[in-house]
Amino acid sequence: MSIAKEFSKGIIKENPVLRLLLGLCPVLGVTTTAMNGLGMGVASTFVLLCSNIVISLLRSVIPKKVRIPCFIVVIATFVTIVDMSMNAFLPDLHANLGLFIPLIVVNCMILGRAEAFASKNTLTYSISDGIGMGVGFTVALVLLGGMREILGAGAIFDYTFTPEAFEPFAVFASPAGAFIGLGFLLAGMNLLSKKLKLD
Amino acid sequence: MGEYLAILFGAIFIYNFVLTRFLGICPFLGVSKRVETSVGMSAAVVFVMVMASIITWLIQSYILEPYGLQYLRTIAFILVIASLVQFVEMVIQKVSPSLYEGLGVFLPLITTNCAVLGMAILNIQEQYNILQSIVHAIGAAIGFAIAMVILAGIRERLELATLSKYYKGASVALIAAGILSVAFQGFAGMM
Repeated sequence: MSIAKEFSKGIIKENPVLRLLLGLCPVLGVTTTAMNGLGMGVASTFVLLCSNIVISLLRSVIPKKVRIPCFIVVIATFVTIVDMSMNAFLPDLHANLGLFIPLIVVNCMILGRAEAFASKNTLTYSISDGIGMGVGFTVALVLLGGMREILGAGAIFDYTFTPEAFEPFAVFASPAGAFIGLGFLLAGMNLLSKKLKLD
Repeated sequence: MGEYLAILFGAIFIYNFVLTRFLGICPFLGVSKRVETSVGMSAAVVFVMVMASIITWLIQSYILEPYGLQYLRTIAFILVIASLVQFVEMVIQKVSPSLYEGLGVFLPLITTNCAVLGMAILNIQEQYNILQSIVHAIGAAIGFAIAMVILAGIRERLELATLSKYYKGASVALIAAGILSVAFQGFAGMM
């Protein structure tokens, strides 16, 4: 077990979205553009990192029987911090992400890492696990967001690069496009993990 | 009366929680392999949602608002939902052990089902009164149940289909859900 390994496993081998299928609601809900995906990814990474740190430090204090409510309170605290600061400093992004900001608290990826990793490992490992998983989550969000923005609006990060004659696929801007896009991304990931022999 | 019907059908069809609002995707994909378990899961969600809508509304109007504690909303709501789920779990374990086995890990996971918390927060954002909140919760839960049972039916058939191995499992289920979502978009014309 090394710190670098704990960090890198979250990005491809145990990517929370594309391999473990955790936290799919925000992945589908906010990825109409790459920018929204990036904002959501960074916000979730912050919450994941902070909750991993606190839970790892408190792991010997928290009684086993009431651990889940304790984890949820820690996570909800950081979500409230993100919610209020984003509302103050980035009101546009906050409006775009809307309901999904308070819903970070029920993102199964964060509770899953608290339960499976941070409550059993030391601080350094928990930090690298948190950052790695967060980066993996962000990568998946930006991939899906970028794909939907390119196909559905002919732009990437609000920069239109397609010629005027390009007719965007309206379906990729609509909710159905999120499901279909993620379905193809997962199939691509299955192919990639087969080629890299991850299983 | 018309207003309540609009909220009810709006939540079931037009703003379907799973297919349009993307809430509750984890159980939607996780439990929808068999029709039977998906029906059991839906029943548990209906109960938790209606109870949660009542309790969170009372907390919001009688505790958080009078004392200016709105910033504690996320924490207060999630704790209420977590205890409710624990209660439902104990009841199902006593009443129907076979259903309890079938639902497995997804029963405690209703806590982290974003549909329940999302419904509670939407009720506050839309400034529904208590009756409207309950109607909205019923609509949301029925919408969730319909989407899940339909997808479970499709997935039972997909088991037998010849598919590329890369698309097996979650991948093809998501694509099927996407096509289902296109169908639900048609309901937007009802309003």
